[in-house]
Amino acid sequence: MPPCRRVGGHVGAARAAAPVAAAVTAARRGGPFPWAMDGFVGRAAPRPAAQAGSALLPALHLPLLPPHLYRPATSHEYKLNFRKSKEACLSYIQDAMLQKQWKRAAEFLTFYIESLEKDFSTEYVGPSEMIWRIGTEILCHHSHSSMKEFNSFIEQMKTLGVKRYLKVCLEHAFHLLCNGRTDEAYQNLSLAESWRFGEQTTAQDKELKLIQAYRGLLDYYSWSKQKNVLLEYERGGFEDLSVEQEMHSSFRKAAVNLKEIIQIPGVWDLFVKCYVDLLEFYGDHDEARQVLSEYAYNSKFPANPNAHVYLYQFLKRHGEPKKSLISVLKILHDIVPSHELMIDFNIMLQKSKKRKKRRLGLEVIFAALDYAGWKENVKAWSCLARQVKQIIISEKHPDWIKQEWNSRKDWWPTFHFSRYLAKRNWQENESLAYEKAVVAGILLGKDCKYFKYVSHQGCKDQKKRFRTLKKFVNKHSSVYLRISGLSDSSV
Amino acid sequence: MKDEILCNFWRRYLQKSQQAYCNRPAGEAIKVLSGCDSSTDVDSEPERPSLLHLLSFSESDGDLLTDCSFGSSIGKVSESTSVCSGSVDGSLHLMKNQKDKLRMSMPMTLSFCYMALLWLREPMTLSDLLRFVVEGHIPYLNVFQCFPEKMKLYGLDLKIFCVESWPVYEEVYDKMLQLAAFLELPRFPDITDSCFLHPDMLCMKYLMEANLPDELHNWTCRVVKKIRIGEADFLTFAPGNKSTRKVKYDVLAAAVIVVVLKLLFLLNDHYEWLLSDFAEERNKNNKEDGLYFEFRKWCKIIKGSLDVEQKKLDEERAKYLWRCEKPLFYSAKKKSKVLKRRQIVVNLQNQFGKLSGSVQPAEKPHPSSFQLNWSEENTDGSCFHGHSLKGILQEKCGLLTAMNPDYWLCTVKLCTEKLCGHLAHYRDLDFPQSYHFVLRLFSFLLRIQPSYIHEEVCMIEHKLFNKKLYKKPKYSPGQRK
Repeated sequence: MPPCRRVGGHVGAARAAAPVAAAVTAARRGGPFPWAMDGFVGRAAPRPAAQAGSALLPALHLPLLPPHLYRPATSHEYKLNFRKSKEACLSYIQDAMLQKQWKRAAEFLTFYIESLEKDFSTEYVGPSEMIWRIGTEILCHHSHSSMKEFNSFIEQMKTLGVKRYLKVCLEHAFHLLCNGRTDEAYQNLSLAESWRFGEQTTAQDKELKLIQAYRGLLDYYSWSKQKNVLLEYERGGFEDLSVEQEMHSSFRKAAVNLKEIIQIPGVWDLFVKCYVDLLEFYGDHDEARQVLSEYAYNSKFPANPNAHVYLYQFLKRHGEPKKSLISVLKILHDIVPSHELMIDFNIMLQKSKKRKKRRLGLEVIFAALDYAGWKENVKAWSCLARQVKQIIISEKHPDWIKQEWNSRKDWWPTFHFSRYLAKRNWQENESLAYEKAVVAGILLGKDCKYFKYVSHQGCKDQKKRFRTLKKFVNKHSSVYLRISGLSDSSV
Repeated sequence: MKDEILCNFWRRYLQKSQQAYCNRPAGEAIKVLSGCDSSTDVDSEPERPSLLHLLSFSESDGDLLTDCSFGSSIGKVSESTSVCSGSVDGSLHLMKNQKDKLRMSMPMTLSFCYMALLWLREPMTLSDLLRFVVEGHIPYLNVFQCFPEKMKLYGLDLKIFCVESWPVYEEVYDKMLQLAAFLELPRFPDITDSCFLHPDMLCMKYLMEANLPDELHNWTCRVVKKIRIGEADFLTFAPGNKSTRKVKYDVLAAAVIVVVLKLLFLLNDHYEWLLSDFAEERNKNNKEDGLYFEFRKWCKIIKGSLDVEQKKLDEERAKYLWRCEKPLFYSAKKKSKVLKRRQIVVNLQNQFGKLSGSVQPAEKPHPSSFQLNWSEENTDGSCFHGHSLKGILQEKCGLLTAMNPDYWLCTVKLCTEKLCGHLAHYRDLDFPQSYHFVLRLFSFLLRIQPSYIHEEVCMIEHKLFNKKLYKKPKYSPGQRK
């Protein structure tokens, strides 16, 4: 609390000067009133801005300053006007929304709405957009609101701002889709697609493209529904020409839209998948492959690991030779070393006859296990274990392991092979512990904490494979020395 | 009677500013009909086609206030209408040169009202008036709704009539001073002891509203008497006399109460709590003999009510509806757009209004002079009117004086009003919290900034301690007089 300033010294009171009675010192309970409790000055209570300090501070005497500017004038900042009132209203709305008090938010929104009638063109977000977004939120969450109300609200929002028309349409369509009303969404999108408004059409080109894309997607969706229906019929032995024709027409519409959209640089994962699905059904594999290659390799498109995944999956489906699969996955490895397909990649590479490929396989699996998400992946560890074991047994290329281990020997022991992990792995997952123990034994020698603990536990439990493991590691203990570079002799 | 007063003021204004009632009003473009040459049409109430100010309010609170309604009208202007404003001289009005600061505007109408009230010595202070305006009891915001049908407003009239902010106390008050000087009004009727605006009366009212003991009233009267602010000469408004400081009655009364509290409780964040402890002890032991006033308890209760009221006020401010059913528009072209927008707004308001689930209040509460009410019948002991100040007073030479021997001045030296417009400046961090709290209470009641009350407090203190502050040294050789 600020100390009281005895301004002007001890000015004697105009009343009696009798000393404070001793009675006053009696029973002093607690402290003074806790002013610091809750906000002393109310939230909207304004503070007079730019007030000069008390008269104790000397006046500012800049040489050329005219005298009437020595002290700043009080601004009328606290003057309540339309703008301030609406700002305060908006902050109340935001508070209510953050606390999920939808009724209260709706109440304050009712009072905010009239700011539509005033021009706020200098604001970053104008009131009409504000009202659209807030209104949508409230109508989504309020217990009493219905789809009908929502629709009528959105229709009004559409008329409010021409510059935002397509965006509102798009979001409306999303909302309808989220609520399962695909037909309405389709109608809205079709309507929006045919909207033309002079300059605005070109200005809102992006939204228009998105609308086309989603309409294509909905066409695909209806195609796929019809396809399923047909398949059902076939199984049941029926035939229905009308459904078939509808299906084909949906296909045509979808294909046209999707093809156009995919050519625009961007991330179109969902659309690409659907398009490829369509093409595959009608047997146009070449086109499909071309689309996927474009999507993955065209430099104009942003780097997208999913593109490579789709391409890989497609090639695999169609029985392409391993060479092309490996080349696709190689790129994926470069982009995302921790991708889940790395295991498949490694398996493919291990089986290869070419030395380079096997070398790459080792690199791949080591790289994958660098990531924390793979720490407990038994399959990955088993791949690594198998490959490392194989190399040791064949006594060819132990330098591969040395190279890979060089950059990792500082941190892998604590990362993967600590004693705590040993205990935990043993408790939770014995196979994991086994595979890791294999790797630990070879890379860190038989004296490493992990190997010792796990093998001891395993042998205690009379598990055969652990005994074999122990023997194996003991046999090849010199390898460890070579790998870790402790011994002078190099292979 | 009241109509006449305001009418007279109004006519005088128009005459002085040469807008009507004179031989050659400003602006040659307007052809003046001959009928307005004379300036003595006092009794008739002619219907004038353009700008018609219709201000009416009614309030019922106690016996002191009576229903009054008054209207005013201005001089005739020609029938040739200009296209850019619904009113004939709207454009002219706004084009006037900047020197003429006394252009009519919405806050000015309030200055007129207040002047009339002051002349009549009505029991309504300026802060009350402004509060009624904000609460909607006096049409101000969308006053054109009350205009007769044939008056159409558009174009530049909007700048005048489309109100976008609430009037500020200081602005209205200053305008009133300027106006009174401009109209060269004589000295207003005297303000005497029995008048509502006299500090004694106003102090009583504010003491009741602030839930302070009635005994404090003796003290306020003593202070008023000592610094002689209760005299008619000091209080009465005399526009021609430039040397006397003009009095803001409500702020003055509040400041007197603050000074009395400082005298009795010191308000230095320490002493008042000591006194309060003492009173509490005594009250615990001795319940029958009338309770002593406990500062701490009072603070707690007041703070509670104040916070609640302040919160309500803040929400009311945020919820304020500035537009009304009858929209204004600049020109006929924009009319359709404005109306369409209005329609959308109304639809949306209905839609969300249904969702908000709140029950619309059936009617506005009646305007009342008191914002906080405390009554002795409350059993929770939250009313302090009857409490006694015995614990902090002592008897000396047959006179009751405060036990508190000290006093701290808010400021040693007053600012020059001409330089910065104020006698003193206020920053709440520089002063004790108790003092700030008391200022905050009164600033809420009067709806003004605490610095204004602080200024008045400084002024009163300087008057009170005049002798001690401005002690002249006995010998002053070589010092210029």
